Amino acid sequence: MAPQIYQAIVDGILVGGVYALMAVGLTLIFGVLDIINIAQGVLVILGAYLSYSLATRLHVDLFLGLLITVPVMFVIGVAIQWAFIRRLRGRERTSMTLLVTYAVALIIEGILYEIYGPNPKQLSASYVQSSVHVFGFYLPYIYLYGFALALVSIAAIYALLYRTGFGRSVRATMQDGTAARLVGIDVNRVAAVTFGVGVAVTAAGGMMFGATNAFNPNSGYDLISRLLAIIILGGLGSIGGALAASVFMLTLESLVTIWSPEWAIVVFYGALVVVLVIRPTGFFGRPPVRAQ
Amino acid sequence: MAGAKITSVSRQRVAAVAGLLLLAVAAITFPLVFSSPVVTNYAVYALIFVAVVSAWNMFSGFSGYISLGQAVFFGSGAYAVGIAARDWHVTGTAVFALLPLAAAVGAVIAVPFGLVALRVRRHTFIVITIAVFFIFQLMAYNLNSFTGGTIGVSAPFLPWSPTTFNNRFYYITLACAVAAVVIAVLIRRSRFGLQLRAIRDDEDRVRGLGVRAMRVKLAAFVLSAAITGLVGGVWFLYLTQVLPASGFDPLFDLSLVLMAFLGGLGTISGPIIGALIVEPGQLYLTIKYTNGYLSEILLGALFLLIVLFVPRGIVPTAGEWIRRLRSRGRPAVPPVTSPAREASEASR
Repeated sequence: MAPQIYQAIVDGILVGGVYALMAVGLTLIFGVLDIINIAQGVLVILGAYLSYSLATRLHVDLFLGLLITVPVMFVIGVAIQWAFIRRLRGRERTSMTLLVTYAVALIIEGILYEIYGPNPKQLSASYVQSSVHVFGFYLPYIYLYGFALALVSIAAIYALLYRTGFGRSVRATMQDGTAARLVGIDVNRVAAVTFGVGVAVTAAGGMMFGATNAFNPNSGYDLISRLLAIIILGGLGSIGGALAASVFMLTLESLVTIWSPEWAIVVFYGALVVVLVIRPTGFFGRPPVRAQ
Repeated sequence: MAGAKITSVSRQRVAAVAGLLLLAVAAITFPLVFSSPVVTNYAVYALIFVAVVSAWNMFSGFSGYISLGQAVFFGSGAYAVGIAARDWHVTGTAVFALLPLAAAVGAVIAVPFGLVALRVRRHTFIVITIAVFFIFQLMAYNLNSFTGGTIGVSAPFLPWSPTTFNNRFYYITLACAVAAVVIAVLIRRSRFGLQLRAIRDDEDRVRGLGVRAMRVKLAAFVLSAAITGLVGGVWFLYLTQVLPASGFDPLFDLSLVLMAFLGGLGTISGPIIGALIVEPGQLYLTIKYTNGYLSEILLGALFLLIVLFVPRGIVPTAGEWIRRLRSRGRPAVPPVTSPAREASEASR
């Protein structure tokens, strides 16, 4: 039993890194724009399909293809923000943005169905099937590369946020949008670029998801529910929280899978409910500001 | 002046009563005029959604806590009727006696659900309702011996001829819809409804004023759940089958939100109008385009159009237009009456 448990923990951490990458985009968007992007799940799937098309049509390597898909997803993100989210104001903004991003998800899902059909696809490459055997663990190369990719991407986002002038504007907007506007930050530009960055990471997340899971256009819903659970558990708007919660949740799921695969995902959502009963703001959440 | 005001108010009331009567006659005679089961099928689904969206609105619309977990109660109500009928060997029209059980199951589930979820607000509340929804859907899949797993539960056979089947369900669902709307109206006019809407506007201030916010929210949540559970039971008997994916359907929750927003969140007539537009439209699209992809794209596009062009919903927007039309040529602000004159009018 013991080696199985260690293997499950290692798997959970590796997969958790990939989920962290997708969740960081979601929580970053929440932090700056105060919205939850329901379309994040289907955008991950869109990213997976982009990698799929590049790999099957043009025979581009999955990781090299990211040089194309990441900028494409960035542009899609900025376009969604510019066309729909920018306009929403007022008291019902929370629920309105939810509806809008859900509508975007529906449209993208429908288009993906029209183009690719409902049959599940999976990304393939030489390193997807093979694995390396170290310290008694079987580690598939794709998980190792994906974990490394996730670490590099998250480090890049951290550097963007904490080492650049733009990052300072983003953090200022996260703390207080009105005050940021008052000191001359172009909040609209910050919002657009943040949404773009938050969506751009789905290109990498989608490639990893598509290489490790079979996916079809409908897979986005399962994914977004997990991502939502992760960012709420970590504390909305907290990047460190998203990292910790991803690894925690995926390790938990992978451990429960040893005993009962069917109940693993129930435990996933159950853990969210239990943690929020004890601590309503999540692991690293700030106490809620008086909403007005 | 005062006399004119009174006649105009009473004239409005007469018009409203006449309108309601006309609506009642139209609703009651509808299946006699349109006897085709294809048409009545649309009507039954529309009425089911009128009832459920009104129930959703009496909690989420009034209090501003947008719940995406209403399918938990709908599906549980459906499963409660199905499992009870199966295990207790209830057959024939006696299954309708199980509907109070469906309502009770909805209410009982809503208590712990509400106690957990209502501690948090806004986005976190929405996500918790989604999480609870998925827990229930997965339980329906996994508890094979209880829920029938992926095969689901089938309803006992109703000894009604195919020609009258839809009509009977039309009147049953009409009764549910009317009851739900009446309850919503009563809540909106009551002190309880006022407290709910005050919570929507500023919960902290409401607590400061001495309202037991948690108790008020929970009461509305449980009431809404009970109605939804009961209607879920009716829906199950009409469809004669419930599956994990149909009883606990994520699109169900989003349709409710769409209906409420299209018509006007927190109003009485708005969600009804929304349900009467969206549900037949959705049904038509799924029947016409069986692959469902195009209907999804169109539904998404409709969402976007609503949010971008009528963000407050049809009823509030239309009300504003009518007010604007009426006030044309007259000052927008009503003339101020002097206190002396008001006093003399009051004493009259």
